[in-house]
Amino acid sequence: MKYFGDLKEKKGEIHIIKDRCKGCGFCVEYCPKDVLEMSEEFNIKGYHPPRIKNEDECLYCQLCETICPEFSIYVTLKKEEEKGEKGESRP
Amino acid sequence: MKEEDRLQERPPIEDFLRMDRIPHIWCPGCGIGTVVTSFAEALKKSELDLDKVAILSGIGCTGRVAGYVKLDSIHTTHGRALPVATGLKLANPELKVVVFSGDGDIAGIGGNHFIHAARRNMDILIICVNNFNYAMTGGQVAATTPIDANASTAPYGNFEYPFSLPYLAEASGATYVARWTALHLRRVTKSIQEALGKRGFSFIEVITPCVTLYARRNRLGDGLNLLKYYYEKSEIQHGADTRTLDISYQGKLIVGKFVDKEKPTFLDCMNEHLGKVLGDKYQPYGVYHDGD
Ligand SMILES: Cc1ncc(C[n+]2csc(CCOP(=O)(O)OP(=O)(O)O)c2C)c(N)n1
Ligand code: SF4
Ligand code: SF4
Ligand code: SF4
Ligand SMILES: [Mg+2]
Repeated sequence: MKYFGDLKEKKGEIHIIKDRCKGCGFCVEYCPKDVLEMSEEFNIKGYHPPRIKNEDECLYCQLCETICPEFSIYVTLKKEEEKGEKGESRP
Repeated sequence: MKEEDRLQERPPIEDFLRMDRIPHIWCPGCGIGTVVTSFAEALKKSELDLDKVAILSGIGCTGRVAGYVKLDSIHTTHGRALPVATGLKLANPELKVVVFSGDGDIAGIGGNHFIHAARRNMDILIICVNNFNYAMTGGQVAATTPIDANASTAPYGNFEYPFSLPYLAEASGATYVARWTALHLRRVTKSIQEALGKRGFSFIEVITPCVTLYARRNRLGDGLNLLKYYYEKSEIQHGADTRTLDISYQGKLIVGKFVDKEKPTFLDCMNEHLGKVLGDKYQPYGVYHDGD
């Protein structure tokens, strides 16, 4: 991918609170970069939480975090990316 | 980084929640939690002093919200969030008063309170989760159930004319009226943020998946299927005539901001009128400067 000058995409670090998840699949379905997938593992409540398929693709858009009805997934800005100019990926 | 290390930080939304009450009671795929996040996001962006924001709910699945959100809150009886909110606003006009409740609570049993609070232009924001039924009590027909939709009290399908909530709100006097679906995450946030910055009666309808009752009884699948329906059938029409917003069963969902106008509120009218009639004897009530 080409960047304009020093402008870079933001990169997100995804955090999943597995035992709070109810396996609705909203985050997996609506992630614009297809970063997540449902896992086969069971959480404490017996649901299948999502797992990270490809974190490098994550744009820190926080859509998964906003759509999750269980408050069980959130994203933080990847540390390495905090310096320098960044593109605003979040509307 | 290992998975365990990540969990040490906490989701930012936790600042807005009473974490001792989480996990919440909502079903897998229920959209109410999503609307709560959009609301929290709007509160954050509004930069309001959260000590001056109060939230009220009636009874229902959506009615649980007042108990989960870490604001001063009142969980009122069914249908009575609005009269309590009216009392709260008048007792302490400095507060930003938000009612967060279900379609049945607001437009069914609370319908009369709704039209009168709107008529008086009470300075209250309503966020109404419309899941097309009385979910908490078993999926009965509500004032919003589309014709032909199945409900536990309409096993052969509903034949009652439903309310179109934005039309009802505007006709009753609301100064801000919008409709979104729970899938319009950022639009819901923006609408709530906009309405929080306004004075007067604001009404935001959010069409939201009820998986366990509405979707199951109608064999519509799960939460994802309902979101897909919203995605495929919603159409943004800002400023649309609220008379054109009827919802048919699995039909088109016209969403957007329909009304955004200024009109003196109940307290403005009271102060103006009594000031005029009583002259200097009258002390204006609840007048705050700078960001009132
Ligand atoms: C006075 C009174 N009548 C009836 C009930 C039973 N009741 C509790 S919640 C509810 C309907 C809730 O529907 P809605 O407001 O749409 O909320 P939802 O559960 O769909 O989110 C009813 C009829 C009650 N609690 N109090
Ligand atoms: S932040 Fe955006 S890109 Fe990253 S996982 Fe979540 S939805 Fe996908
Ligand atoms: S949106 Fe939340 S509850 Fe649903 S699968 Fe993803 S993490 Fe789990
Ligand atoms: S019954 Fe319906 S509205 Fe209530 S929590 Fe379950 S899915 Fe949500
Ligand atoms: Mg309802």
